[in-house]
Amino acid sequence: MPDGALPVLDVRDLKTVFKTRAGEVHAVNDVSFALKPGELLGVVGESGSGKSVTMMSLLGLLPSPPADVRGGTVTFGGNDLLKVDAETLRAVRGGKIGFVFQDPMTSLNPVFNVGMQIMEPLRKHMGLNKRDAAKRAQELLELVGIPDAERRLTDYPHQFSGGMRQRVMIAIALACDPQVLIADEPTTALDVTIQAQILELMKELRSKLGMAVIWITHDLGVIAGIADRVMVMYGGQVVEHAPVKELFRNPQHPYTRALLKTIPTIHGERAARLTIIEGQPPIMMNAPSACPFRDRCDVAFDRCARENPPRYDLGDGHDAACFFDARTGGPRDA
Amino acid sequence: MLDTGENDQPLVSVRDLKMHFPIYAGLLRRRVGEVKAVDGVSFDVMEGETLGLVGESGCGKSTCGRAVLRLYDITSGSITIDSREIGETPQNQLREMRPTMQMVFQDPQASLNPRMTVEAIIKEPLDEHTSMSDAEKREKVGELMDAVGLNRKFAKRYPHAFSGGQRQRIGIARALALNPKFIVCDEPIAALDVSIQAQVVNLLEDLQEQFGLTYLFISHDLSMVRHIATRVAVMYLGKIVELAPREALYAEPLHPYTQALLSAVPEPDPSLEDKVERIILQGDVPSPSNPPQGCNFCTRCPAVMDICKTDEPVYREVRPGRYTACHLYNDNNDTAG
Repeated sequence: MPDGALPVLDVRDLKTVFKTRAGEVHAVNDVSFALKPGELLGVVGESGSGKSVTMMSLLGLLPSPPADVRGGTVTFGGNDLLKVDAETLRAVRGGKIGFVFQDPMTSLNPVFNVGMQIMEPLRKHMGLNKRDAAKRAQELLELVGIPDAERRLTDYPHQFSGGMRQRVMIAIALACDPQVLIADEPTTALDVTIQAQILELMKELRSKLGMAVIWITHDLGVIAGIADRVMVMYGGQVVEHAPVKELFRNPQHPYTRALLKTIPTIHGERAARLTIIEGQPPIMMNAPSACPFRDRCDVAFDRCARENPPRYDLGDGHDAACFFDARTGGPRDA
Repeated sequence: MLDTGENDQPLVSVRDLKMHFPIYAGLLRRRVGEVKAVDGVSFDVMEGETLGLVGESGCGKSTCGRAVLRLYDITSGSITIDSREIGETPQNQLREMRPTMQMVFQDPQASLNPRMTVEAIIKEPLDEHTSMSDAEKREKVGELMDAVGLNRKFAKRYPHAFSGGQRQRIGIARALALNPKFIVCDEPIAALDVSIQAQVVNLLEDLQEQFGLTYLFISHDLSMVRHIATRVAVMYLGKIVELAPREALYAEPLHPYTQALLSAVPEPDPSLEDKVERIILQGDVPSPSNPPQGCNFCTRCPAVMDICKTDEPVYREVRPGRYTACHLYNDNNDTAG
């Protein structure tokens, strides 16, 4: 993780709103992050925390209406992806930025064989002819560890198992040597032993290819094993952001702390009773004017209901959006 | 019947349970084979305990749970619940047994009728199985809603108005309506967010204590099962490969599959990550319609021997309270012949 390097992807104050009949849902609120070359940024959050919508927004993948990417900048390769024309954006998607989705069954086209689907970006983005694309497709399948790659190119998605399908998805995302790979819950639909295979593959690919990765998940265990830095999202906002070891050793936001306490482990002490986070995640119907976690927070005080906390810099790349200072045990200075 | 404290009496006894689904193919829809979803499973669930049943998708754990409640007509085997054999009982006679044994389903969205109010959903078992008056039923529904932590005021609302965790509470209230002794929980928390999972698990534990319930807790989440279960059974391709008390299983798994499964669970601790020796299993689970010869796990087992490819290991007690089916634990090669 080279510290001084310029980020490959720089997102500032991204704001996405969904227009519904009941009003506007503020799904992403002023999300900012920078991705350095070659690093793996983990994004953790529960469903509805805005982690997927953030990534979809920055690539213009959300249907509009109802979605409205209302503000912010996404700097990639010297351009602001929110301002470029559709043509340029299309060249970035699947080319310089690869995307792996959660469910490999619904994101592969069932009526085309996987060879065709891997060759598509190669021919569109890299301008390869059919023979070269087929050769490269075979190399890619070998790269992601699919045995008998040449023969399997002519197989259809339903002929692959879940883990193998996810490998195909990764092969497609990697086809054009992306600088950034966005993986949205890529192992959630898989069994643990297959998940372990994919995680191992991902580590191997990163050291081989050196692309930067954004890994979205709700599983803190997966993040602990794979990420360099972690961004915790709640209610459409980044609540905490830190290097992975620091986050797990020294969580500063009450939500992160509660989350880490609530999950049982298979090693270590077995708690007689699970610690719970009371209440429900927020429904983001109004523009946030207060901390989204305050109703479930055990250290909330009156200021949390009046203002939305900004992300306080805590040094060493660690920041947390909370008015309560866990280090001093009291409120932060205004 | 309900004793206090520890009890060695099994409430549920399953012996050599088989559930095979036929495969029909071809123009004449001939029977060409069968999916051996559950293929000879035996276990006991003691009164008041929680037996965890873990395994990966497709291993037959859900089918096993449903078969135990006779939601299917089983292929063969014996099931004794509360000293009554129900393996062969025809479905219409099973009805009178249903109040004793209930189920909580995985997907609270799919298992609640969207056109019924919460009150109607929880009341339905009372309508079917009791002769309570309307007022009594309403009072009972209210009590049940209190017990699972739902506000009584919401009784007239429909399932869509509730969040996932609350819907699961409705499903639990419905299962509790007839004062069952035995509840099969089929992945009750799999569809819920992490912060909500703990709420539902704590609720299940409270209810167990309050009503003296016995659970068969089916899950793929090994860390949650470690929390809730008294004993744990591990299934692979239709068979139980290992069954042991919780602490023993997690501290020292015997079967190579259990070892691999436990090592594959990602731990939320980056400093542990460097130390943990992961056993990465190669390949995928074979098809249950065409299981391998010998041991079902022999195609992926890191410790495979010649005997595993020819002889099926016998499921037996290798240490007190610990059962496994693996040739590694043949003390005196008596199973080879």
